[in-house]
Amino acid sequence: MNSLKLWTAIGMLVLASSAGDVMLSAAMKRIGDLDAIRINKGLLTVIGHVVREKLFLLGLCCLIFSFFCLLTALSWGDASLVAPASASLTYICSAILAKFLLHENVDRRRWLSAALVCVGVLLLVK
Amino acid sequence: MKFKKIFIYLAIACCNGAGDVLLKRGMQNLGEIHLSRWTHIFNAFIDPWIILGILFLAGFFYSYLTALSWADLTYVLPATAFGYVITAFLSRVFLHETVSPWRWAGVLLITCGVGLVARGPSLTERPTKDTALGKDSAISRAKEQHELA
Repeated sequence: MNSLKLWTAIGMLVLASSAGDVMLSAAMKRIGDLDAIRINKGLLTVIGHVVREKLFLLGLCCLIFSFFCLLTALSWGDASLVAPASASLTYICSAILAKFLLHENVDRRRWLSAALVCVGVLLLVK
Repeated sequence: MKFKKIFIYLAIACCNGAGDVLLKRGMQNLGEIHLSRWTHIFNAFIDPWIILGILFLAGFFYSYLTALSWADLTYVLPATAFGYVITAFLSRVFLHETVSPWRWAGVLLITCGVGLVARGPSLTERPTKDTALGKDSAISRAKEQHELA
């Protein structure tokens, strides 16, 4: 029962944070190189650009929700299990979303690394 | 450029790992959260460990956004995977959790996966689409300004 509770929290955390990651990535690509903007126009301009991007705000909402799931999951399980398990499952889920929604070039190298991370996660649960 | 990539990778990994461990330390003070008394979770924001953890995660978020602005999502994400190594190490030393050999093996495999991606190209090449995207956002920004006016 306890582990079902824990894995439900981790599942919700994974879905919310990969959706958030994809939205943030799309939003940042629309804004452009933050380093260049900061050097030319200062940090306040960077923050201004970022908070006016609707996609960023939507992604942020997803991440805030996933943060509450993380706090809950951390109170139920070990940090060395919860943090890696959720973050690397997020990695797989985001790779799939990045391929189909962001049309990123997820080549053999990136899929192989996704598989390595997946096996790594299975070992973490042992 | 090379130095910039390494620096942002390290900043993302360290802030992420340290942030998670600090949050766990704070939640130990707070005790278990029951669904019937879920508002208890808001007490988390007055715990110094949690506040420090949130500060670290804020640093992580800034470096993460900066990296996303000039690299693919599938390139930046593995940088957070470096954080697992730091999380496992810190939970062993700082939280005194037992980390089994299996978990260490998992951490090792994840690290291999990270190294593999980090050595590849950082951004999908699509010159025509990039310029088209730039145009789109310029148009939408002009529209927004027009609506504001």
